[in-house]
Amino acid sequence: MDWLRAWMMPPQGSEFAKEIDFVYMSLFWLSVALFLMIAIPAVYFAWRYRYRPGRVTPHQTHNTLLEVIWTVGPLLLCVGIFFWGLNGWMKYEVAPGESMEISVTAKQWLWQFEYPDGSRTINDIHVPVNKPVKFTMTSEDVLHDFYVPDMRVKHDIIPGRYTQIWFTPTVLGPHNFTCAEYCGKDHSGMHGILTVDNDTDFAKWMETGGTEWEDYFNGKDPKKTPADWGKITYERVGCNSCHTTDGTKSKGPSWKGVYGSMVQLNNGMSVLADEAYIRESMMNPQAKVVKGFDPIMPTFQGLLKPNQQNGLVAYIESLK
Amino acid sequence: MEPVVTRSARIGDRPRPKKNYLNETRGVWSWMTTVDHKRIGIMYLVGTLSAFLLGGIFALLVRLTLLTPAHKLFGMQVTAETYNRFFTLHGAIMVFLFIIPSIPGSLTNFVLPLMLGAKDVAFPRLNLASFYLWVVGAVMAISSMIIGAVDTGWTFYTPYSTTTSGTVTLMTAAVFVLGFSSIFTGLNFIATVHKLRAPGMGWFDMPLFVWSMYSTALIQILATPVLGITLVLLMLERVFQIGIFDSRIGGDPVLFQHFFWFYSHPAVYIMILPGMAIISELIPTFSRKTIFGYRAMAYASVSLALVSFIVWGHHMFVAGQSQLATVIFSALTFLVAIPSGVKVFNWLTTMYQGNISLETPMLYAISFLMLFAIGGLTGIFLGTLSTDVHLTDTYFVVAHFHYVMMGSTVTAFIGGLYYWWPKMTGRMYAERWGQVTAVIWFIGFNATFLPQFILGSRGMPRRYYNYLDQFQPLHAFSTVGSWIIGLSLFMTAAVLLASLRKPADAPDNPWGGTTLEWQTSSPPITHNFEEQPVLENEPYDYRPKAVTH
Repeated sequence: MDWLRAWMMPPQGSEFAKEIDFVYMSLFWLSVALFLMIAIPAVYFAWRYRYRPGRVTPHQTHNTLLEVIWTVGPLLLCVGIFFWGLNGWMKYEVAPGESMEISVTAKQWLWQFEYPDGSRTINDIHVPVNKPVKFTMTSEDVLHDFYVPDMRVKHDIIPGRYTQIWFTPTVLGPHNFTCAEYCGKDHSGMHGILTVDNDTDFAKWMETGGTEWEDYFNGKDPKKTPADWGKITYERVGCNSCHTTDGTKSKGPSWKGVYGSMVQLNNGMSVLADEAYIRESMMNPQAKVVKGFDPIMPTFQGLLKPNQQNGLVAYIESLK
Repeated sequence: MEPVVTRSARIGDRPRPKKNYLNETRGVWSWMTTVDHKRIGIMYLVGTLSAFLLGGIFALLVRLTLLTPAHKLFGMQVTAETYNRFFTLHGAIMVFLFIIPSIPGSLTNFVLPLMLGAKDVAFPRLNLASFYLWVVGAVMAISSMIIGAVDTGWTFYTPYSTTTSGTVTLMTAAVFVLGFSSIFTGLNFIATVHKLRAPGMGWFDMPLFVWSMYSTALIQILATPVLGITLVLLMLERVFQIGIFDSRIGGDPVLFQHFFWFYSHPAVYIMILPGMAIISELIPTFSRKTIFGYRAMAYASVSLALVSFIVWGHHMFVAGQSQLATVIFSALTFLVAIPSGVKVFNWLTTMYQGNISLETPMLYAISFLMLFAIGGLTGIFLGTLSTDVHLTDTYFVVAHFHYVMMGSTVTAFIGGLYYWWPKMTGRMYAERWGQVTAVIWFIGFNATFLPQFILGSRGMPRRYYNYLDQFQPLHAFSTVGSWIIGLSLFMTAAVLLASLRKPADAPDNPWGGTTLEWQTSSPPITHNFEEQPVLENEPYDYRPKAVTH
């Protein structure tokens, strides 16, 4: 019957998921049995006692024993199911003390993750296999809900509050996560990928932002240039929440046509937007603020890996 | 020894009175100013069924949008904003304009005083006021759709509902007005049941329909005021930013959910108890057998009403309420299963050794038993804490509550409509066609909503415009099912309306029912009975006369 579980439930990404599925499948078979206990008599009686003109029906008003049985029986069953559900839920509620902590900020309509070392990603997160991970979550605007179907966990994310969720992933590879509390226009687009890495890959991800960037810098595939990697980084670390690439003004200046131009600063000076200026603006954004914009950009010192900085410079250069 | 009631009771009725409630006075004005519960019931029927049609159109649009990931509707692209409005209007119209007022306002308004042997409800003018409030609420709700748009979902969760643009304030004001309509109806029924029972009719001589509707009325007057207060706070929050629900100005969004479900969970029982009320009439009548466990059924209705007030937190297991509250609400939620089970078992035992004919209303009643069983059993998955974490906010929940709200309540409503149609209009509908609609309904309903359980358990969240490609086949299946439902409802409308074209032909008691509404003419005279009926037997007594005396 494993095919039935595999058809009805998402892939199992943790031991907890297996426990939940066992409860689910048990309730499923119990429900099938109880449904047949109702449906079969209904159909059988309708046929067996079908209408005959003039037949007199017995005057059965009640039967105390029978009624006590079908009141107390379901009650006992329900008490049992309640405690079974409580048992699994306690595990979901209490995160182990040694969990790695990742903070989550949800907003319309993207996910920001921050690792213990301060590095950040958007809609894309890597976690190590077989180690508990705890997510501490809050929202910048409306309600959201962090839902990882493969781990069988979800919890609402509430503005002005912190909520938590945790799991221990046991299956390597990508798992979807998605928003499960209605949050407006792009609610259904608010999803991303959680990748479970082995320890080596995870250490590499933390150190260099993963290995996929190497493909963009080795020159073997002409379709993958450093600028393409910069574009991925631009979306992944959230540059796009303040900088556009089509010339429209957002919270920060657009990147279109910046590279190589003379930029007017708010102190009346102007500066050539070369590679040095761009790197400085990432690491020490308050040093030179563009005219007409507020000094609101946080520093990305230590948050952007060298390969990400290189990619971003190449990407901005490509937008000349 | 002649049985009291057989199909032969259809012939040999008293001569039909020339004047009845339909033709005693004529003209639109006589309807608009009527205080006759039967006419108000008919007006409510027309109104709520129109709302059902409108909500149904939105349902078909929602399903059609989800047919393929391309989201094309008759060649036009549906945007995410439009889709969000579709499901919001579908939910809001179906809940507030259709299901909550439908059975109480229409069928109950019509038959409850008749069943009690009364001339009218206790407060006839209040009854008319309730209908006009419904009209005002409906006009406001529809205006909010025409003037602007609402995209909050029918639950109006904060802080999205306090910050989104659109006509949310007008829509919530409409729901506020509709709430008072519901309170007036409930108040009226409670007073009527207490004061206007026929001589000889004690509390345990009332038909079970009345017990269920009495329980419904209790919820209507006790829970609806909380919804009113909540919506006023929501409107104040939107307009004046008073800081009740919005965390940026010191409020708490979870508080809104507590307030909202404190009404809206009991409201689920405002919806399902009237369905159970109808089924408790249909099954004894078409089984020609007394109801099994009358007192247990009556107590089950009242206890469902009471339990409905203490389980609202089960909507919020992952919403940020305290862990202790979550555990307590889960435990209390399981209590719902007990009276629900008692009812189902009693209905089944009533059929045992009965004399069962499968006219259209009985086919709907048997459909109800099965669909309600599925709706109830899938509730166990959601009441169980560990599985709810995975299933809540997915299509599993959507399927579950459609099995209860639509598969149970609407099925019972249609069955009841066929059942009392001869009494209300004086016309018999085409039986064979009616039976066909019931079969199509059952198939269409399951085709639409069974796949949604699988969608949900596989991780498809609700209120989603886009979905992963792997979900497309099940979505397509569900959409085709919605067309079958549409076909069945269209046929029901045709079958019932076609019967109005012929002269009055319905006997007083076409089904051999034992409750008092069958003792008067079809359609009844304006004052319901020629003389005050006196109750002699317990309800649902199908024994031959010789035995009872």
